[in-house]
Amino acid sequence: MLLELTGITKKYGDFFANKKIDFSLEENEIHAIVGENGAGKTTLMRMLYGMETPTEGSISVRGIKHKINNPNEAIKLGIGMVHQHFMLFPSFTIAENIVFHHEPKKGILYNRKKAEEEVAILAKKYGMNIDPSQLISDAPVGVQQRVEILKVLYQGADIIILDEPTAVLTPLEVKDLLISLRNLSKQGKSIILITHKLNEVMQVTDRVTVLRDGQVTGSLKTKETDTGHLSKLMVGRELAKKEKTEVKVGASILSIEHLNIIENSSKKKLLEDINFQVKAGEIVGIAGVSGNGQSELIAAITGLLQVNEGSIHLADIDITNLSVRQIREAGLAHIPEDRYLWGSAKTASVEDNLMMTEYRKKAFQKNGILHTNVIRKFAKETINKFSIKTTSQEESAQNLSGGNLQKLIAAREIQQNTPFLLAAEPTRGVDIGAMEFIHEQLLMKRNNGDGVLLISSELSEILSIADRVLVMFEGKIVGEFTQADVSDEKISLLMAGGKHEQG
Amino acid sequence: MESLFDLSLINSTLRMMAPLLLAGLGGAICARVGIFNVGLDGLMLMGAFLGIAANVLFENLILATLFAVIGTAIFSLILGYLIINLQANMIVVGIALNFLSIGITTFTLRTMFDVKGAYYDNEMAGLPVIHIPIIREIPIIGNIFSGQTPIVYLGILITILLFFFFRSTVLGSRYDAVGINLTAAKSQGIKVKAIQYQAIIISAVLCALGGVQLSLGQVTMFSENMTAGRGFIALVATMLGQSNPFGVFLSSGLFGFTEAISIRMQSMNIPTNFTLMLPYVITIVAMFIFKDKTQLNALKNNTGSTR
Ligand SMILES: Nc1ncnc2c1ncn2[C@@H]1O[C@H](COP(=O)(O)OP(=O)(O)OP(=O)(O)O)[C@@H](O)[C@H]1O
Ligand SMILES: [Mg+2]
Repeated sequence: MLLELTGITKKYGDFFANKKIDFSLEENEIHAIVGENGAGKTTLMRMLYGMETPTEGSISVRGIKHKINNPNEAIKLGIGMVHQHFMLFPSFTIAENIVFHHEPKKGILYNRKKAEEEVAILAKKYGMNIDPSQLISDAPVGVQQRVEILKVLYQGADIIILDEPTAVLTPLEVKDLLISLRNLSKQGKSIILITHKLNEVMQVTDRVTVLRDGQVTGSLKTKETDTGHLSKLMVGRELAKKEKTEVKVGASILSIEHLNIIENSSKKKLLEDINFQVKAGEIVGIAGVSGNGQSELIAAITGLLQVNEGSIHLADIDITNLSVRQIREAGLAHIPEDRYLWGSAKTASVEDNLMMTEYRKKAFQKNGILHTNVIRKFAKETINKFSIKTTSQEESAQNLSGGNLQKLIAAREIQQNTPFLLAAEPTRGVDIGAMEFIHEQLLMKRNNGDGVLLISSELSEILSIADRVLVMFEGKIVGEFTQADVSDEKISLLMAGGKHEQG
Repeated sequence: MESLFDLSLINSTLRMMAPLLLAGLGGAICARVGIFNVGLDGLMLMGAFLGIAANVLFENLILATLFAVIGTAIFSLILGYLIINLQANMIVVGIALNFLSIGITTFTLRTMFDVKGAYYDNEMAGLPVIHIPIIREIPIIGNIFSGQTPIVYLGILITILLFFFFRSTVLGSRYDAVGINLTAAKSQGIKVKAIQYQAIIISAVLCALGGVQLSLGQVTMFSENMTAGRGFIALVATMLGQSNPFGVFLSSGLFGFTEAISIRMQSMNIPTNFTLMLPYVITIVAMFIFKDKTQLNALKNNTGSTR
């Protein structure tokens, strides 16, 4: 056996993040770990990678017991980890990122030329297409993910841990990645893959281990199981297929006319003549490969970016270039794209994060003095309702698992009860149970007669809950579909820059 | 009447800018590893004081400089421990360090030398002025570069060395990496704390040299709070120069120039209140014109998450 974890327990205070976990990995195997948000997947892997020490239990690699005290020791044992959040240096080149901490040297000097050559050879060997001299900040997310994997390979890892590598990728990029993983295992690497997407598990893995509440609830051969069984092991119940009811579409809530945004320095058009409406009782989805203007559109609607031409109306109010607060008061709630950058204050408590957009409301304050009891009760109810897993309300947000923080932000914004919700990647990194719940909440909002704009790089998400789908490409809206005539292929084609066939 | 601009103005600019340059480079190193070092002024003051005190004790300029450098480096460990290990707010710690430094130097001055305000001794030797043999003979360049203290030349040398350090060495790139994304550097097994300590200690050494230039180079005395905010001007030089060694050289040159010219204007019957104001006015104006992203990054006090 290549790798064996026995009886691993990790306690944070009185809380068991992992409890007596047994896990093993064979040579050339792709082994999936699945489980709900906060089940303890990342924690387990952090211990294997030396970023955390187990409270109890042992780790053995190739039959020999090891205490792994820091990432350096893990790397020496041939263990590499691609983290849930990218660990890259934006202003470094791709080659510099890959060779980091193992740079080719000439004396004390950095041999950048050799670095680029070595990286090019490595990329070729594993069939990954990259340009070593490109800056990371200029590289699309899919390429950044490849860089993360190449980095681990460059360090000579045989055991590669991937923590939710597909969460931020587009369907096409996911396909590429899964092919790469297969290739890697053929070339002698062993892979641990953490993911919430069970179809990926079924496609590439040999074995699956399911965690729930820090414990193993099943470890099976992929061939001998199916997604239904796995989700039952994960959540502890069968998932219901959601029914969409017909809702009468009402007046327009968000209406955007001839919106243009031009970059200051390069005069490039980031958004070009965007026109669309979101009506009451409607979920409008925007599909597109990330980086085609979605972020700018979000920033324009929420008041984070100056609009050059055109107008944005929320209900009857012209919100073009108003301040963020004015726009929110006009009736906008917003689940931001990036949970750490825009969505939360990492070092603030769970409770404070929940209150961030609420505290000004009458129920929670009087003349600037907060009603702490009311707030505490409200926070507690929200945490229960959205089943956000946290050790306490005072826990700082950065200690929440990625998916749980996402749930917190979604909960906060959905509970605003505003007539309009802008949901950008609302289920990024959340488990299937929570995804189902968030989708239900979005549908409930729509059934209430509110408008929802859903921006997602997850095509299946858009197809399953949107009433109308717009496709964005290079800053323009290049296609519109109603739910009746939408299909996977049609959208994929437009997303890739193909022409909309009339007919 | 003496003219306002001539070649010796450049010569005195070099002399005036040296302390700013050294402290500014110290600030730049810290900024590159993600630390916003507001304590430059205090470190410089400590260096200036230790230089004089040690010179009185040992009557040896090399030993005095060495003593100042080592003493200040040890003093800077307070800053390091609070910022790096205890994760305290960098600005608060930096300002506290500045006040601590004023307190310690003033107190010691009074107990050790039994004087208030300033200590000077006519007998005491200051840093020697070097005339570089060949350069001295070249007509214009000779006027500009010759006749400075060793610390001024050292400042120029360190600027060049630091530039190559960041551009071409492996360690330099790791320093940058720590400043850009601390969590990522840590996750790759980099000893982040060690690097941040190194940066703080190097900045203390540079500040101490700057302080010695003030107390033993430009004059031969120590007066209470004699840096008079130069550490803050150096901090501005760091920002203006975008934490790039040559950038810091140019911006501290600008401040050194205003200082030199304000002295000259005093001798031309322009009110001293006005001329003394000049460096600070330029600093404020410069802050409006230039914005620096690296400083903002340093301020964000990286506590990223890998989850
Ligand atoms: N430093 C810490 N202090 C307290 N609790 C912590 C700490 N780190 C993690 N936890 C808790 O441990 C649990 C497991 O977290 P972990 O990140 O391993 O979950 P996960 O399975 O990776 O979830 P996700 O799918 O959302 O990424 C969570 O409930 C989290 O809140
Ligand atoms: Mg996780």
